[in-house]
Amino acid sequence: MFMPNRKILFRLQLAFTLAVCAFLVVPVVLSILAGLTVNYFAGLSSGLTLRWVFAVWDGYRDTIFLSLGIALACLLITLLLGVPTAYVLARSRNRMSRLIEELLVLPIAMPGLATALALIATYGTLGGFRTSWAFILIGHVLFTLPFMVRSVLAVLSAIDLKTLEEGAASLGAGFRQRFFDIVLPNCRNGILAGSLMVVTLSMGEFNMTWLLHTPLTKTLPVGLADAYASLRLEIGSAYTLIFFLMIVPLLLAMQTISRPRTTRFISDDPDNTLDILPVPETKK
Amino acid sequence: MMLLLLPAAIFFVAFFVLPMCRLFLVGGSGTTGWAAYAAIVTDTGHFNALLATLGVAAATTVAALLISGIAGVFLQRHKFPGNTALVAMLTLPLAFPGVVIGFMVIMLAGRQGLIGVITQALTGDKLVFAYSLAGLFMGYVYFSIPRTILTVMSATEKLDPRLEEAARSLGASPWRVMIDVIVPGLKPAFISAGAICFATAVGAFGTAFTLATRINVLPMVIYTEFTLSANIAMASALSFVLGAVTWLVLALARSAAGSTVAAAG
Repeated sequence: MFMPNRKILFRLQLAFTLAVCAFLVVPVVLSILAGLTVNYFAGLSSGLTLRWVFAVWDGYRDTIFLSLGIALACLLITLLLGVPTAYVLARSRNRMSRLIEELLVLPIAMPGLATALALIATYGTLGGFRTSWAFILIGHVLFTLPFMVRSVLAVLSAIDLKTLEEGAASLGAGFRQRFFDIVLPNCRNGILAGSLMVVTLSMGEFNMTWLLHTPLTKTLPVGLADAYASLRLEIGSAYTLIFFLMIVPLLLAMQTISRPRTTRFISDDPDNTLDILPVPETKK
Repeated sequence: MMLLLLPAAIFFVAFFVLPMCRLFLVGGSGTTGWAAYAAIVTDTGHFNALLATLGVAAATTVAALLISGIAGVFLQRHKFPGNTALVAMLTLPLAFPGVVIGFMVIMLAGRQGLIGVITQALTGDKLVFAYSLAGLFMGYVYFSIPRTILTVMSATEKLDPRLEEAARSLGASPWRVMIDVIVPGLKPAFISAGAICFATAVGAFGTAFTLATRINVLPMVIYTEFTLSANIAMASALSFVLGAVTWLVLALARSAAGSTVAAAG
């Protein structure tokens, strides 16, 4: 009597999980289909077309490039600001570093609307700044920086950084050499994970961007909101399809690298130092 | 070494600390003065919006924890062919922005949505609820599931399966094992994941914006005050209070769960 009971329970749980999966995936599939259908209301029988995708490309191309540009600029800044911060926090585990960590998380806890209003209230009168895409960039950096810091910090905290650095120092390596040859190669997984997160979040950020944008600085999500509100369902769907094409590879890459949770030491693989990922200094 | 912190510190002070102080001052600079900060409870409209916001957020938290708790523990405890694919699908919407989530809700429960088509075929009546609080709730649950499942799964991974085995061998029913062993073991994960669900649902704006401007939740009220009424002081005061509420929830959860908790989205 016990065994069949567990079997039924297994099936029930499986059915439930599949239902949850359907809840998440079905609307994505529907919207992709809608973006490729001649007339969604009439159904798939009206035929498939790329017309709506081209319409979006013609009308909203700029938003796609602006979002890509902001995401990359955001990545560059979060690398330059975030990696050194994570390093300092990893090296000095004291009350001060914990306080800094707390502070850094505040911009994520703050609703995007509040941060955007605060930025407008403070810098909104600086005309040239307010209307440039740099204004949006500032907001995105605030929001994504904590993710970069935490991602790098998580990797750095898992290794014995102090011993590695002392070893290098005893062999005569200066601070610069230690930072670029020891610290950066060791936290490359964290940098990679953080970078993917930063780019993904920046491309999708809406809460802040909706208030920070101007008619000339529309990002992809702002364009999406526009299209949802004023254009036919097929165009909104085609636009969403383009967005998915840009963001899903990033999300899949994030899933792939987060799976194996092993920390690699340089000593495991002496050649590691030769194929380090692009790090800030190569991107200047 | 502290010099390395300088760039980040300057950026943070110039673009976060100063603006937040400014926001606080602007909040008290309107026609009603500092009373604007009390408006969230004294103004009936704002107070109702606050209640609706907290209500939706609480419902979202409970639903997301229940759904992700069941699915997450199941996926971590039973490895079967297709498991990885299921996990990948369940966590894929992790970084979908609120506007897109809103659109997903419209695809399901909107005027041309799937639920409408199915209910019309079954009962003759078209069920459309996307453009209301129910639609918003659905969107927030959609948004919260991927993140919560990830937290639950990694917490379950650390849970010792021998405890469950022991309970079972002593004759505990699956239900008792869940209530007495699994749920207490996952409590910290539930607290921190729940806090994130709650905080994001309180502060989110994109989903409500896509669904309808008539949905009366606090972020929408702030937005209308700012754009339509041009009442910047009231918008600032309300958003400052909203930020404080969110921060408080996260801080409470952090001290309860004993780990770092942060919201996103």
